[in-house]
Amino acid sequence: MATTLFGSGIKRREDPRLITGSATYTDDVKLPGLTYAMVLRSPYAHAKLTRIDVAAARKAPGVLAVYTGADIKDRVVPVPCAWNPPNCELKTPPHPLLAYETVRYVGDGVAVVVAETRAQARDAIDLIEVDYDPLPGGVDPEKMTQSGAPQLHGDVPKNIAFTWVVAGGDAEKAFAEAPVRVKLRIVQQRLAPTAMEPRAAVASYNKGTGQLTLWCTSQNPHIHRLLCSVMLKLPEHRVRVIAPEVGGGFGSKIPVYADEALVGLAAIDLGRPVKWAEDRSENYKVTIHGRDHIEYVEMCATRDGKITGLRTTVYAGLGAYASTAGPGIPTILHGLIYSGPYVIPNIHGTVYGVYTSTTPVDAYRGAGRPEATYLLERLLDQVARELAMDPAEIRRRNFIPKDKFPYAVATGLTYDSGDYEAALDKALSVFDLKQFRRDQAEERKRGRYLGVGLVSFVEICGSGPSQVTGAVGFGGGQYDSAIVRVYPTGVVRVYIGGKPHGQGEETTFAQIVADEFGIPIDNVEIVSGDTETTPQGWGTYGSRTTAVCGSAVKLAAQRVKDKAKKIAAHLMEANEADLEWKDNQFAVRGSPGSGKAFAEVALMANIAWNMPPGVEPGLEAAAFFDPTNFVFPFGTHICTVEVNPETGDVKILRYVCVDDCGPHINPMIVEGQVHGGVIQGLGEALQEIMVYDEDGQLITGTMMDYAVPKASQMPHVESSYTVTPSPVNPLGVKGIGEAGTIPSAAALVGAVCDALAPLGIRHIDKPLTPARVWAAIQQAKGGSQ
Amino acid sequence: MKHSVTLTINGAAHTVEVEPRALLVHVLRDELNLTGTHIGCDTSQCGACTVLIDDQAVKSCTVLAVQADGSAITTIEGLGTPDRLHPLQAAFWEKHGLQCGFCTPGMIITAVDLLQSNPNPSEEQIRHALEGNLCRCTGYQNIVEAIQSAATALRAAKTQPRPAQPAAAPSQPATAGV
Repeated sequence: MATTLFGSGIKRREDPRLITGSATYTDDVKLPGLTYAMVLRSPYAHAKLTRIDVAAARKAPGVLAVYTGADIKDRVVPVPCAWNPPNCELKTPPHPLLAYETVRYVGDGVAVVVAETRAQARDAIDLIEVDYDPLPGGVDPEKMTQSGAPQLHGDVPKNIAFTWVVAGGDAEKAFAEAPVRVKLRIVQQRLAPTAMEPRAAVASYNKGTGQLTLWCTSQNPHIHRLLCSVMLKLPEHRVRVIAPEVGGGFGSKIPVYADEALVGLAAIDLGRPVKWAEDRSENYKVTIHGRDHIEYVEMCATRDGKITGLRTTVYAGLGAYASTAGPGIPTILHGLIYSGPYVIPNIHGTVYGVYTSTTPVDAYRGAGRPEATYLLERLLDQVARELAMDPAEIRRRNFIPKDKFPYAVATGLTYDSGDYEAALDKALSVFDLKQFRRDQAEERKRGRYLGVGLVSFVEICGSGPSQVTGAVGFGGGQYDSAIVRVYPTGVVRVYIGGKPHGQGEETTFAQIVADEFGIPIDNVEIVSGDTETTPQGWGTYGSRTTAVCGSAVKLAAQRVKDKAKKIAAHLMEANEADLEWKDNQFAVRGSPGSGKAFAEVALMANIAWNMPPGVEPGLEAAAFFDPTNFVFPFGTHICTVEVNPETGDVKILRYVCVDDCGPHINPMIVEGQVHGGVIQGLGEALQEIMVYDEDGQLITGTMMDYAVPKASQMPHVESSYTVTPSPVNPLGVKGIGEAGTIPSAAALVGAVCDALAPLGIRHIDKPLTPARVWAAIQQAKGGSQ
Repeated sequence: MKHSVTLTINGAAHTVEVEPRALLVHVLRDELNLTGTHIGCDTSQCGACTVLIDDQAVKSCTVLAVQADGSAITTIEGLGTPDRLHPLQAAFWEKHGLQCGFCTPGMIITAVDLLQSNPNPSEEQIRHALEGNLCRCTGYQNIVEAIQSAATALRAAKTQPRPAQPAAAPSQPATAGV
């Protein structure tokens, strides 16, 4: 019997080290002679630097070096932005590694101290004297585009970094003709990704070889290698990046940051290794934030609930500088998915990317797609209410039919495969909407406010065809890679271009390889994170690693197996064409008991005593998989809530979800991704918000103020699945890392607004804290008096 | 001026010279190389640094090392090994109670404390007990299940006629991947 690990919920192979405290995260890396760096950061949102005096810090105990922006500016290249969407005239003013003339957000680096100990570095930071000449700042991406707003960068009028337009069909005509029109102003608040492991970096320079080794918290070590080599003006092959154990990312460890280059520079100068590790307060100031949209959105429809058009104007805050992927998030990953799972023939969106005196904004779980789903679903709820139509029914009426795939939407994407109605039906089989409506009506008579939110969604994942991502301005490829290396004893190491950081690919990819070779999974190791050993890849984000890198693993394993087959045929003195793979070995068709197992062939390939003519020794293969299209996972999520009308408190009653990510390699891991994703979306909907005051001071700068969801605040998630394979990769898989986050905020907000519908409340901006809900209730009651 | 502090950590006595301001977590990680205890915040919210001090779960970022002088400390490294997992470690593995693993040591240590005082907690009690431990990956659901599963295993082990080591894990041997 062939092993069938694919589809099996086996326990994770990365876990033993993680549950015993034996894993090595970046801040755990220790090297002989290690020194510690700390960064002095601006307390002002926007100010001229008029004087900086580091003399006392330089003389402080244990201090080895102090750098200011002026000290290093000619030695380094500013932090690059790597996503330049076309036709939007993106302006990316330089982002110095350390500010030397102007600081532009609270947290902007001003100086670095390197000392023998962490404590000495920390002490010396306090001895640096800086004079700032404060300038007006601005944190609201809409207001920053208005006349009279402070100008953050000299050459960016109205702080508008880009104006990006997506259009398909004729939205103007559709709106002019439509009998039903709804509109909303939506604020999608700024969030902090809050990976539990803060960022860190350790640099070590070998003077003999001229190689810099950089351990860092990265989701994409090859991107870090490239961009750090640029910042430090080093040849790329002299930079080795190692992302060891990485404690979550959620997008925040995609970007390349100044800190990572600064420790490299210091390590080169000092000839000693240098470590920098942020604490959480620093993380909230410096590590990228997500979302931050102000949106004016409208939808038009027919009287029978068919959507005919969607229009948006979005002010997307980019923070003070364009982060690595920042400009691509509110454009390509947002606007292109405006159609969602629906037929929307006419779409027009304008997105303004706006600089504000805040922490840079980049990818946070879902990255653009939760925002698109949220605005689309909030509008659809408005149309449903206008027409007194059931939320399931209006979605059903608009779904792209399952027999229309591949389907080209108005924004230009072509969806790979889908059966949206099946996911909706399955969700409704778990959750009885009609019964809920009866219960809701009954409870309302008793003064209780229950509500339901139902959201269908589709996301764009598995990025992607490199040609397409290049055409949309991403400054790199989007294929991914694997090297499958078979050792003489038949054990296997697989070196991958992706960098899992919690998603379990050490297990799922080993399942693929063990299946291919018919060997025990313990004979397969997946290796990631070290650019010295792994092939060029583009990292783990955007729910792409299984679809793209996993496919490369599959293809490389198949190549190894093809060669093994030639060798097996030679050893068995059989014609290769007569061989089949059966019961985990090569066998001559029709001759039971004639087989050669993979391990026997592996030995011969590696010792090469008896090889077929013309076949090279060794048994390894590389594959670089570049998909022909993105993948489009989808699903339907349903949330029910009770709102306390006296306090505004929202209690989640049930959360039911159906996701379709194609076939599951490991159902247990898929389930875990859904749970975590949903809870992050519910946190966004209920309680998370990064708040600045008007001057740009960060108010929610610690975990005391930024409300990461706790176990006691979150519900049990009832998850189930439909399975619609993707035709664009050999595994048929679609990706599940972000799926939970994409619809869940919209589902919860929909539920609260449904509960409060009797008061005439149509929309409340998230997060739905008791204060906000209570205020909306009071306003509604006041308005009806 | 440094102070001499003696700590019994995972059963072994250590005497270290520490600055008065040194936090226990920094001494554990930087001086004693016990890097399984993690630091995820600076305001005692996240719980990644939780250790047992005299059998009580304590956030080691909230304790000065000098305050811990003379106490017995258990870190994640002292709880079990891959060959001999504590039932909670085994249950976190079995139930997929971790993803990136960064919060996991603190979660497990907190759960040890919980199950000492409440061997049969309800889901609600578990979720309440975890209020001081943040996880960003799992959504907590499988953590709750893991703790319930370990509680069952620990209760079963207690009622066994042969009082065994905590090896009565609910899971397969450490080498079993399948």
